[in-house]
Amino acid sequence: MSFLIAPAIMVGIGLFFGIILAVSHRLLRVEEDPRIEATNGMLPGTNCGACGQPGCLPFAEKLVVGELEPSKCTVASADDIENIADYLQIDAGRQEKLVARLRCGGGKAQAHQIAEYHGFEGCRAAAVASGGGKGCSWGCLGLYDCEVACTFDAIRINSNGLPQVDIDKCTACPDCINACPRDLFEVVPLSQKLYVQCSIPLAGEAATSLCAVACDACGKCVVDASPGLIRMENTLPVIDYSTNAVATPEAVFRCATDSIKWIEGNQFQEQENLPIGGQKKYA
Amino acid sequence: MNPLRLFHKSFDHGVHPAHLKEQTCDLPMQRVPFVKEYLMPLGQNLGAPSKSIVQIGQRVRKGELIAEAAAFVSTTLHSPVTGTIKEIGDFRNFDGNFVPAIKIEADIYATQQSDAGNPIEWQSLSIDEFIQEVQNAGIVGMGGAAFPTHVKFAIPEGKKIRYLLINGAECEPYLTNDHRLMIERPEDLLMGAEIVRQKLGAEETVIGVEKNKPEAIAALRQHIKPGDPVRLVPLHVKYPQGAEKMIIKTIFNREVPAGQLPRDVEVNVNNVSTVVAIADYFERGRPLIERIVTVSGPGITYPANLIVPLGTPVRELLRFCGGLTDATQEVIMGGPMMGRPIATLDSPITKGSSGILAFTAAETSRRKEYPCISCGRCVEACPYFLNPARLARLSRARLFDEMVNYNVMDCVECGCCTFACPSAIPIVQLIRTGKDDLRTRKETPA
Amino acid sequence: MNAKDPELLLEHAPLLQQGMSTPQAMRDVIYSLVPVTLAGIWFFGLSALLVLVVSILGAMLTEWVFSSAENKTESLWDASALVTGLLLGLTLPPGLPLWMAFLGGVVAIGFGKIIWGGLGNNLFNPALVGRAFLLATFPIAMTTWNPVSDVDGFFMVHATNLALPFMHVEPDAMTSATPLGLFKFEQEATPIINLFLGNTSGSLGETSGLLLLLGGLYLWWRRDLDWRIPASILLTVVVFSGILGLFDAERFPTPLFSLFSGGLLLGTIYMATDPVTSPITPKGAWIFGCGIGCLVVLIRVWGGLPEGVMYAILLMNAATPLINRYTQPTVFGRGKERS
Repeated sequence: MSFLIAPAIMVGIGLFFGIILAVSHRLLRVEEDPRIEATNGMLPGTNCGACGQPGCLPFAEKLVVGELEPSKCTVASADDIENIADYLQIDAGRQEKLVARLRCGGGKAQAHQIAEYHGFEGCRAAAVASGGGKGCSWGCLGLYDCEVACTFDAIRINSNGLPQVDIDKCTACPDCINACPRDLFEVVPLSQKLYVQCSIPLAGEAATSLCAVACDACGKCVVDASPGLIRMENTLPVIDYSTNAVATPEAVFRCATDSIKWIEGNQFQEQENLPIGGQKKYA
Repeated sequence: MNPLRLFHKSFDHGVHPAHLKEQTCDLPMQRVPFVKEYLMPLGQNLGAPSKSIVQIGQRVRKGELIAEAAAFVSTTLHSPVTGTIKEIGDFRNFDGNFVPAIKIEADIYATQQSDAGNPIEWQSLSIDEFIQEVQNAGIVGMGGAAFPTHVKFAIPEGKKIRYLLINGAECEPYLTNDHRLMIERPEDLLMGAEIVRQKLGAEETVIGVEKNKPEAIAALRQHIKPGDPVRLVPLHVKYPQGAEKMIIKTIFNREVPAGQLPRDVEVNVNNVSTVVAIADYFERGRPLIERIVTVSGPGITYPANLIVPLGTPVRELLRFCGGLTDATQEVIMGGPMMGRPIATLDSPITKGSSGILAFTAAETSRRKEYPCISCGRCVEACPYFLNPARLARLSRARLFDEMVNYNVMDCVECGCCTFACPSAIPIVQLIRTGKDDLRTRKETPA
Repeated sequence: MNAKDPELLLEHAPLLQQGMSTPQAMRDVIYSLVPVTLAGIWFFGLSALLVLVVSILGAMLTEWVFSSAENKTESLWDASALVTGLLLGLTLPPGLPLWMAFLGGVVAIGFGKIIWGGLGNNLFNPALVGRAFLLATFPIAMTTWNPVSDVDGFFMVHATNLALPFMHVEPDAMTSATPLGLFKFEQEATPIINLFLGNTSGSLGETSGLLLLLGGLYLWWRRDLDWRIPASILLTVVVFSGILGLFDAERFPTPLFSLFSGGLLLGTIYMATDPVTSPITPKGAWIFGCGIGCLVVLIRVWGGLPEGVMYAILLMNAATPLINRYTQPTVFGRGKERS
């Protein structure tokens, strides 16, 4: 008989705690809108933050109370968004496709080096060590911080040392914006094809002596574009995207340094045939 | 408590790098010849940059005010030479970034003699006037941080200073500028200390000097008269003894609470160079227009201790010292433990540059990194009692927010952890990167 | 004058480093083990040498097989596998079948280190993992102790050494119990001087207290050893067994006997101080050491086994992350005033 005692005790303990769990489930239950759980299940679950919420569950809560539209989620496919809208009986809303663009076009081939960074890999690490050796102290360092930070594997550093964003994979979350020590990434609608690929706050030769594709603030693009579309702010052209509809490639034709671009699809496309040198060097 | 404290009084933890001061510690200070052009960055101090008050083409005399303080935590700039303002614009600083600066062309026909200014009758000044005068002199902490000195003298209501601590530790290897200053100008040092002591109403001046500078200790001892309220304390040699909070811990055995200042434990700490600069101003009327710079390291042909007018390009200093050897790979501004690499030799000497050190491949080659074996050497080296191994691991995993829980912001980046690490992990570099991420992210929330 | 403007490198300060590297620390451990190893071979003859060589082989082979392609030779040069194999060999009885020693080396590196992610990531001391595996799998072989060999027996290889896998071989020579076994099961104390010099039966490297202490001193002098861990373990053992001795001097061993018998010194100096598996904080080291000391005495006195150093260390290894977590040093200026 004694061999029965141990199993009996175990069963007893199991029963005891099982009952406690069952009772507390009843008594301590928190009523929650079941739709939140369901909506959360339909979201991609990446918690990327592109919608402006800290994660998918908070976003689902906002959806259910109607504060946000499902299309704010840039990760979910169009079908998923439609499904969520149908389920919640709300309007899906319209959201333009957003992508991350780099405000710098000076890779290894274009920008001058004044010194060589010689520490462990990482843009921020290099930036902290006296600027990382790049002549332009505003330009892209190309040391993989954004590539490592990207949740969706959308960024690859190309052989020219610039991050190439795959617009199909990019969900416009703020990963790369946070990672970049020079603050070069911004999220813009894909439809905005006219884009200034430079952040140097210097004009004329001071700028072009640092980088072959620096904006020298000549102002030709302002003249060539339809009136009011581009204006010069300090030493950089600023494009008024509210009148984006009138933008044409003409504005870029006379740019001597190629710093304003008409981008169809991926940035740095002309470099796309180059062998891609980037890969995650540390993680 | 560390049992070793019984034998030699010092702060806990820390490391013992080789002193490496032999190259320059016996070389007298030398004045460098004047050069053609001087570059005065407006932001030479911590806090707000100074505001330029000169125009291009304007003639300035040596010692003339060229930029005024923009705020209370800011200071003035004076022309280091007699000459003409050539350009005002953005120039590359030693750290590779462009900063607003004034370029002065020296007048080759001027004598460039120090215009003997008028001594200032300091005894009758009130404390507020005294603070104003120190700001007018453009004096900043010359140990390296370049914090405006007058701000330190502004003691808030209800606080008082009991001790004036003169920091002559100079714990960074290679550097000997403070060392030479103590040997060659002990009277000025004691004079400046006396001025500050009287103005702050401190009871006693305490001078802390590490024991590896016996000549400096002897020189000071010779000039301290019996009965002076001055105490000379030889310190056990240890890095980072020159850090403000560490030298207070060593001498007074008091810990400055995190996030507070030395004045909260009734101490005011000043570097020896700063005190000499104060004496220069009140005794001779000369504002801060030059400083002592040690040029040393294995990549320098003729190491030296130099009296350098501010704004002199690093390249000219190196030229004066016989240039860099072929093996030179890196030039550092400051000491080898906490200095910053220089991105361009055209950058100028500023108020905070205590040394220019050139290093060869032997120092700059990266040793093979091994995994952390949690040996705890970094934990036992960190004078701030952080857990560097943990912080480095978090930084590598990009968990910067988690680092805050481990008090990363208390780190002063003294580099003891990297120095002590047998696996050659760039610990302080990783921490620095994490801190930079945390600091910049607060400004631009995404 | 050199007008050269070198392409400057930018490397973070500090540019100075202490002259100590991880492979150097590993080599120090090996140097400090040389006398102990030689003594083991002296006392137990050629079989001892064979056991050591085979367990080192097992460890290093496993390390080589499992390290990544670009790291293959590198990982052997950092000598951590060699240390593990050697330490494992030193904890084995000299008459152990060689294939078991080899298997022990494989398990020590494979399950003690590689499976955790390699050097620096393991929770338990690899050598002790290997030994624990052997003790659990081959309890008889692992507790068959050969007596110290005389001069004639030096070149004699025990028949048990050459046993084939899974074959049973009768021990050739007479076996003898270890001092701890003698005390526990037969209440017979071994003279301290024998324990001190090492001519008693036991594991290969655990017998000579003198040489182990010398090795420990060398490591301490080289700063490879956190002195707090051995100090706290030995202190705890002495105090604890001293207190027990007050109650019943007959039943409980004297402090000195506890100190020099069994694997305490070997475990204390070489296994407990393994930096990877011991706490990183100074305060944690004290807690860790006291824990081991208490467990050792508890297991020896009340446990079913005569020896408990291995399990004591492994148990405290498991507690290391927790100890680390709760003994974070008080940051400068954030605690109460430290005196």
